Amino acid sequence: MRRRARTMPGPYRYRRSLLSPVVLLSMGYGSDAEIPPKATGRPAVELPQPNPLDDAQAFPNPDKANLPVFTMNYPRIQIPFEITLWVLLASFAKIGFHIYHKITIWVPETCLLISVGLIVGAIMHSVHEEPPAVLTSNVFFLYMLPPIVLDSGYFMPTRPFFENVGTVLWFAIVGTLWNSIGIGISLYGICQIEAFGVQDINLQENLLFSTIISAVDPVAVLTVFEDVSINEQLYIVVFGECLFNDAVTVVLYTLFNHVAELPEVGAVDVFLGVARFFVVGLGGLVFGFLFGFVAAFTTRFTGKVREIEPLFIFMYSYLAYLVAELFAISSIMAIVTCALTMKYYVEENVSQRSCTTIRHVIKMLGTVSETLIFFFLGVVTITTEHEWNWGYILFTLLFAILWRGLGILVLTQIINPFRTIPFNFKDQFGLAYGGLRGAISFALVYTLPETIGRKKLFITATITIIIFTVFIQGISVRPLIELMNVRKTNRKLETINVEIHTRVMEHTVAGIEDLCGQWSHYYWKDKFMKFNNRILRKILIRDNRAESSIVALYKKLELQSAMDILESVSGDISAAPSLISLHEEKKNAQKPKKPKFLASDLRNMHELLSKNMYKIRQRTVEYTKKTSLPNDVQAREILMRRHTSIRRSLRAGSFREPDVDKTYKYFSLPAGQSLHSRFPRKRNSHADDQETMSEINYPPVRSRFGQPHRTPSHAMMPLRRLDTLEEVPSVVNLVDEHPTEGKGRHGVSRLSSSVSDSRIPAARQHYGSSGGHGNRNGEPEDEEQQPLSPPPAWAPEQDQGNGGARNPLLRRPQWNPRKPPNN
Amino acid sequence: MGSTASTLSKIPDVETLMQETGFTPAHMVRLYDRFKALDKERKGHLCPQDFGAIKELAENPIGDRIVGAFFSQGQETLDFHSFVRILAHFRPVDKDRPRDPNVPEPINSRSNKLKFAFQLYDQDKDGKISRAELLQVLRAMLEMQVTEEQLESIADRTIQEADLDRDEAISFDEFRKSLEKVNIDHKMSIRFLR
Repeated sequence: MRRRARTMPGPYRYRRSLLSPVVLLSMGYGSDAEIPPKATGRPAVELPQPNPLDDAQAFPNPDKANLPVFTMNYPRIQIPFEITLWVLLASFAKIGFHIYHKITIWVPETCLLISVGLIVGAIMHSVHEEPPAVLTSNVFFLYMLPPIVLDSGYFMPTRPFFENVGTVLWFAIVGTLWNSIGIGISLYGICQIEAFGVQDINLQENLLFSTIISAVDPVAVLTVFEDVSINEQLYIVVFGECLFNDAVTVVLYTLFNHVAELPEVGAVDVFLGVARFFVVGLGGLVFGFLFGFVAAFTTRFTGKVREIEPLFIFMYSYLAYLVAELFAISSIMAIVTCALTMKYYVEENVSQRSCTTIRHVIKMLGTVSETLIFFFLGVVTITTEHEWNWGYILFTLLFAILWRGLGILVLTQIINPFRTIPFNFKDQFGLAYGGLRGAISFALVYTLPETIGRKKLFITATITIIIFTVFIQGISVRPLIELMNVRKTNRKLETINVEIHTRVMEHTVAGIEDLCGQWSHYYWKDKFMKFNNRILRKILIRDNRAESSIVALYKKLELQSAMDILESVSGDISAAPSLISLHEEKKNAQKPKKPKFLASDLRNMHELLSKNMYKIRQRTVEYTKKTSLPNDVQAREILMRRHTSIRRSLRAGSFREPDVDKTYKYFSLPAGQSLHSRFPRKRNSHADDQETMSEINYPPVRSRFGQPHRTPSHAMMPLRRLDTLEEVPSVVNLVDEHPTEGKGRHGVSRLSSSVSDSRIPAARQHYGSSGGHGNRNGEPEDEEQQPLSPPPAWAPEQDQGNGGARNPLLRRPQWNPRKPPNN
Repeated sequence: MGSTASTLSKIPDVETLMQETGFTPAHMVRLYDRFKALDKERKGHLCPQDFGAIKELAENPIGDRIVGAFFSQGQETLDFHSFVRILAHFRPVDKDRPRDPNVPEPINSRSNKLKFAFQLYDQDKDGKISRAELLQVLRAMLEMQVTEEQLESIADRTIQEADLDRDEAISFDEFRKSLEKVNIDHKMSIRFLR
């Protein structure tokens, strides 16, 4: 018998699906005036019958009544209209949840959506209307699922993913197998017990059912986990597991389906099953890579058609999905791989706006899809026919939880020795508890063939499990995690000291870990990066430059922060490292008084600290929040802060902190790389001075002496610091500090675009550098001769006979040069 | 990645290093590979720019101080020995080390870890964390919207809590005392360096 792919209820291909809105739309008329009918059992669509109303519109009959002034033709717009209404309704629900803040903290959004769906379903049921059959067949798998998976795949944090890829695959493959077979066999055992009255379910059907319900659902899991500050490792493993267990599920589903028809199962079938698994899994990967590379390659040439650039991304991903569906291989893996592959290259080729558009649209589609799915889950729950069987359903629930827990325990024990960061008990609990089932199981169970007698029972059982896991586990995961995280000592008793110092230590450890890099996969990553740089980038990227990641990061952040600050021209100075704070700090530094601290002050301080301290890189899952775009605010702030503090540290009063200066030299390019070739010129076109300046402000340390630079005429002051710091190395530091300084200031929009201007008032008594190359001197001995004395000043660059190619940059008129006393 | 033995033989004085730091040969090899990977130009030593290329470190609020801790006293180069010695601070504490007063403390003892953390604050190396130094660190660690006054009061409170000898600065002993209840081993260790 024909092997059924999992998404098809029967020979769907040859029957126009009633649900496909596209098909219906293309027909023009919705001739049946009812709500779109269910998929099951409906005959082919009737031909559209001419609608008398339309005739009246088209051909006003002069013999009859007068021209109708106002007509209504509902059936024509019915399908798109209803789709729009449903989407709006679900979206309103989402808005509504956020009106009352507290709800979303305790109850994950999915639960709320399902509840609203339940209510709506109850209403519909009471008026005997059928809901649109969204979750039943093609509509789900062809239209609703791809955006979600694309969203998950595109925003997947690649580095942690690849570092954990072994664990992910292990859990996905072996874990799913374990679950399916375990649950299936246990349920079969239960079926044998007469008391429950389900003896007619044979082993194969049980296994089929258990395959369906052991599929952990990415949508449900992520929306629950995002609220709980779960650690990165855990997140990526659960996430990856959800995405990749699709391969196993597909194979098992088709295997068991196929097996049902055989009189007996032989070893050959098992072997074929294994072979099929490889085909499915690897096929998904291969298709994904293929389409990903083609997409990246295409974007290389889209320089002139920027407006439709995002389209390519969507089309290729969707194609990957559909082609995989065509061959009945794992489409989820295909689309995820496609997204992962193309993201890196595409984001380099494509313009800034297209990049933003792509991200926004993907997020939007994903969110809408997910909202709709859970909403309809609730609706359909009420309106389907159920068959309830206490014993079977409760035992299903029990076994599902039990086997998952056992599975995680056993599997973790086996894989822990291979992991660099082993899972402790708390992690394992999180993993086990986070196995929520969701809409995928539901859709799968609907596609079970009708030949299975107990289909309704299965549907009911699946719905029960989904609702149980999403509600109970979803709601309770937060309190449980918090419970497990609570230390013995009461947090309130911690002193401010401890809070600050521990946070410093955490940041330190995170920094050192980054410094060490991750151990085990480094070899492969290194090889891949070499291959990438040598071959792939040349083919796939338009203007290929070997950008160091930190330069790219700076560029991006600078651009974003400049644009942001420009937008807030209303002068929200407090958002920028401002002059005001500098002055205040100076003032306050003289206050010698000893303040008294009330208990309320302390509380406020604790609160302030806990709310405002930067989170450790690893502990935050900010970038992966389901409902929001990845967000660089923290990184931006840190960088801008550095600029301020560099400036601050160079103040007259801070001679005792020479080392602080020294540290800021690290912001230059890695030595040996030159500036010019690096920045794509075309990006300048829509940026303003700020960006140009920021680009220029990346001189490498000393290798630029004598090289002509590309400086705009209005930019840097050719100023030289005439008095030195007390030690030589710090002179050189200023070279590198300039760039970072320059960047920090240009954002203050009040002042003119020149970097130096903004620093004039503050710099009056500072000998700080202003964004210039002027100070890069290779003659430390010159500087040393000048003693460190009263606040040295800037002077426009005179020809001091120091070699080097210093640009004859213009002097700003407002600059007030003071003759240094010892010049 | 050659075999452990061959890579080990490339590292000079590897035996004394392992003795001093307590790293296993496997770790030494990995660290050496990492050192070489960071040293992109094969100079044989690291300079601050090499650290600057690590993106995550730049996004770390105190990243610059961390890097500064490697390059002490105005040096510009970091050889492998010093690299490893500093990283040794972050090994988890060996719980069953015999308390022998004659043997100097291992690099990863609690006290040395605390010294490392103290160094991050005390940039001018005068043995005390002054109010200004504390303010700098606080400023680095807190988001922009915290006002100067709030920062000041936090700094004042911090000093008030810890400062026992009333000199408006936190010495190393005061620092250590204020953290006596904290599990430093847990906070300042990296699991995979065990």
